[in-house]
Formats: sequence, structure tokens, C-alpha cells
Amino acid sequence: MILEVCNVTKKFGGVTAIKDTSFHVNSKEIYGLIGPNGAGKTTMFNIITGNYEPTQGLIKFHGQTLNGIKPHKIVHRGIARTFQNIRLFNSMTVLDNVLIGFDYQASYSYLEAMLRFPRFFLEERRIRKRAFEIMEVLGIAEFADEMATSLSYGQQRKVEIARALAAAPQLLLLDEPAAGMNPQETHELAELFFKIRDEFDVTILLIEHDMKFVNKLCDRVMVLDYGKTIFEGDIKDAIKDEEVIKAYLGDFKHA
Amino acid sequence: MMNDTIFTKQRLIKLSLIITAIWFTWFAQVTFDDYTVRIINNVCIFIILAVSYNLINGVTGQLSLEPNGFVAVGAYVTAILTLDADTMLYQFYLEDPSEWVLALQADFAWALLFSGIISALLALTLSFPVFRVRGDYLAIVTLGFGFIIKILAINNPQITNGSLGLNDIPEFSNLYWTGGIAIFAVVAILNVIYSKYGRAMKAVRDDEDAATAMGVNTFKTKTLAFSTSAFFEGVGGGLLAALLTSISPDLFTFLLTFQLLIIIILGGLGSTTGAILGTIFVMAGLEWMRFLDEPMNIFGFQTEGTPGMRMVVFSLILIIVMLFAREGLMGKKELFDLKIFKRKKGSK
Repeated sequence: MILEVCNVTKKFGGVTAIKDTSFHVNSKEIYGLIGPNGAGKTTMFNIITGNYEPTQGLIKFHGQTLNGIKPHKIVHRGIARTFQNIRLFNSMTVLDNVLIGFDYQASYSYLEAMLRFPRFFLEERRIRKRAFEIMEVLGIAEFADEMATSLSYGQQRKVEIARALAAAPQLLLLDEPAAGMNPQETHELAELFFKIRDEFDVTILLIEHDMKFVNKLCDRVMVLDYGKTIFEGDIKDAIKDEEVIKAYLGDFKHA
Repeated sequence: MMNDTIFTKQRLIKLSLIITAIWFTWFAQVTFDDYTVRIINNVCIFIILAVSYNLINGVTGQLSLEPNGFVAVGAYVTAILTLDADTMLYQFYLEDPSEWVLALQADFAWALLFSGIISALLALTLSFPVFRVRGDYLAIVTLGFGFIIKILAINNPQITNGSLGLNDIPEFSNLYWTGGIAIFAVVAILNVIYSKYGRAMKAVRDDEDAATAMGVNTFKTKTLAFSTSAFFEGVGGGLLAALLTSISPDLFTFLLTFQLLIIIILGGLGSTTGAILGTIFVMAGLEWMRFLDEPMNIFGFQTEGTPGMRMVVFSLILIIVMLFAREGLMGKKELFDLKIFKRKKGSK
């Protein structure tokens, strides 16, 4: 068990975004967090990454509590994320974007960088090599020197994933990675995620709307609706579950 | 690896630029007349100030209005450390100087270093309250900081000789000092920008949340940028004091910050080479446009000399630049990032 979310509640003023939600993610699993818009999925991500403090409940990573730890420190512990709307560093090249992920792993001091000590060159060479390896796997190595903004939407997504992988995570949080992609691209993306899981040894927790995509990819899912858990378990049971269908398609009986 | 060739070629260009700059510093000091050397001295000091100001304001994207405060601190520290006791006693009319002010003595090099370190420490102290919160608080706090320094300088005559200022500061600054330190400052700051720290600074400018989500400690990054720029501004202030030989609290008003802001915006916010070009353009331009202040004969019409005419023309140029080249001369790019310096690519 890599991640445990125990009885988490998050309130914004009077609005309860997440209500008493618990789930756990096993190691090397691809876990799906699904539900209609406004169900609290992204809020869940923000709680796991430390951007929001939960009103109640605990987040445990490898058995250690993450509550109260600063977001960047949580990244150092091994949780990296992507954003729903792509958030790349627009003034930087693709390579520099990916290198940001290595920020805490390159061990040279400020003075060593300023005066160009040998360790600077050693470390830079090491992380650059590693960055190219990651970009190679994702198929974006050829764009290394392009500006991140000049790439197509799909490639920008890949840059964002590469950037997250550069932070050497054990748990990768993907916020709607297939949004805005056509069926062909979605299919390729699913294959890519299997490849990423195997090559980088990561556990993937993802938010998605595309049920076909989730069905293909995820081992287990949790379905949220208005902050409440309405289903947790195997994906095959989820698509047959009455409540899930109701949340997604509406209640036929009363329609 | 595909990047290695660009790396070495860029390094070669940088090295030759540094050597040219060193040669020019020496050449200018030996051959040019006093007036030209003085202007170049000024340009060199402003390059130090502009490049370091650009680090916090352009590269890290934190709107800050601090240079005048730190330049004042640096100037006073260097002045107090290099003035000997007799000269000080002679010029302190308002109140006798404190014992420790008289006792403090240092070589010029140490004085400059102390100027930088004290400025950097002040910046570090300011960072803690300011960078804990997000938003443009830095601009407000640093603006206030400049005023506080000025008021402290006026109201502590036993240390600073009040509004009379310090005079007869030994004129240590020459092109070897100003040019040498300018070259060091530019190289050091470029080295920072092209390291993980510089990448983190740019990341903070582009998207602070995403930077945090990648494990960047944004507080530390901003503090480093702010302290570094304060350090070099302090050193620049010290050089300025030893160039002007006389300083007073009125010298370091907000106008100094404003002039630097113009320089870095004109050169391109976020571009170090842009800041250098901006400095040369503004400082040399203001000098060159002096003829506008004098009586002129335009197509037979005799005009009287209008003092301040060059500022009018200069402002017009600025407005035109802002209208047609909003990103400044260089944008966020560096001189050696330009296509002509890079290996040719197949298409595009």
C-alpha cells in the first residue's frame, strides 16, 4: 500500500467539497478517480499534494502522515503531479522544463553554481542525461530545444508528464491526462502509461472522464459525486453499478 | 548528446566576449580622456546595478523597487570604511562622529565586500516577512525600505553626517575596479541563471504553483535572487561612492530605482545581456543627447537652449519602444541565444 487516504473531509466555508472519503492505492497499480464535474476530484489531488490542508482526516504515504508538510517537500518524498489545464513554464525550452523536475536532485550549492565548480558540471551532465532518457521514452527528445509553448497540445501534455517523472516520483498524479485528445491519441496515451509504469516503476493515480480510457487502464477506481464516495472497487463492477450510472447519466426513473 | 556541441560553441562565444570586455576595460583606462573614462565608469556601475536588479525583477519576476536603498547602504558602508578619522572629524559639523565610526577602517576591496554583505543580510531579513505571502508586497516593502534608509541617513548625524553627507571619500574607483567588478557580476549572475537556481527562478516567474509542484522551494529561490541582487547593488553603491567622492541622502532617491527600471525594461525584462545593452543605450544616449539642451539652429530657425529637452526626447523614445517593442530590446532572450550564434538547423 503506497497511499492511504483516511476519512478525509474538506470544507471551503460552508461548502463541503469532499466528505469523509477513504481509499488506498497499492504499489504499481493504476488507480482511477472518476466522477462528474465538481465532484471534488481535483480537490483530492490538491489535498494529497499538500496544497490544501484537509479539514479532517489523514493522508499517509508509505505509512507516514503527509498532513502539514509543505507541497515542495511532498514532491521530495516522491509524489509528483500534472495539472488539468497544462501548466508548463512558457518562457523555457522543453529541456529546461523537464530539468526543473531535477531541481531538488542536483546537489550543488548556490556558490558552486555561481563560480562554476566542477561539481556543477558533473551534476548538470548527470541530470541532462537522465532528462534525455525520460524524454526519449515519451518521444519528445527531438523537441528538447524548442520552446514549450510551440509544441502541439498532445506533446505539451507529454512534456508535463516528463517534467513530473523527472521529479523521480513513486506516485504519479495525473489530472485528466486524456482531456482534449482524439480516440487515437487516447489509445496511444493508455499504452504510454503502461510503459511509464513499467519503466519508471511508478504507481499512477489519475483523474479521468473518458470511461473507455479508464476501463482500459485502471485496475481499480473510486467514483466521487458531490464530494461523496459512491463506489470503490474493481472497474468492471463500477460500470454496472446503479449509483455510478445515475451520477453520470442522470436518474432515468425520475426523469 | 545533441546538446554538447551547442554547449561548447556557446562557451567559446562567452569566453571571447569576456576577453573582449577585459581588453576594452584596460584599453579605455589607458587611452581615453578623463571625461570619457568617467562616463564609462558610470556605465560599468550601472551595468552592475541593472544586471543584479534584473535578477529579482526580470528573471524571478518579483516586482521590487529596492535598488536605491541597497545602493545607499553600500555607498555609506564603503564611505565610512574608507574615510580616515581625521577627514571625518574635519567634516562632521552637526555632531561628532561616534567612536566606532572613526575606528572602522578597511581597504577598498574589503569595504566593497562588506557593502555587499551588509546589503545582502538586510535583504535576507526583509525576505522573511515578504516572501511568506504571495503578491506584490515586495514592491511596497522595498519602496518603504528606500525611504527608511534615507531617513535613517538623515537622522543619524553621528554616523552619516546627516543631510550634509560624506565628502572627500578617497577616489578609488577606476575602470579596473568598476569594469572588473561589472564583468564579474555579469558572469556570476549569468552562471546563476544558467544553473538549477536560475531555472527555478524562471519557473517561479512563469508559474509559481507549477514550480512548487515540481519540488522547487519558491521561498528559498526568491530569497536567493533577492539577496544576490542586494549584494551586487551594495557593491555597486560602494563603487559609486568612491567614484563620486561625495554622497548625501538625496543622491539615492526613488529616481535611481526608476532609472534602473527604465533600463531593464528597455533592455528586456529577464535578459541579462538586454540589461547591459539597455544601460549602454540609456547612459550613452543621455550623454549624447546633451546637444538638445543647447541652443540649436534648425533650418535657419534659432532655438534657445531648453534645459531638460533631452529628457523630453528620451521619454518619447521610451514611449515609442513601449508601443512597438513591448518586450524591450532583447525580450527574455540572451544575446548568445540568438539564432546567428546557434548551430544551424534544418528548417524553421
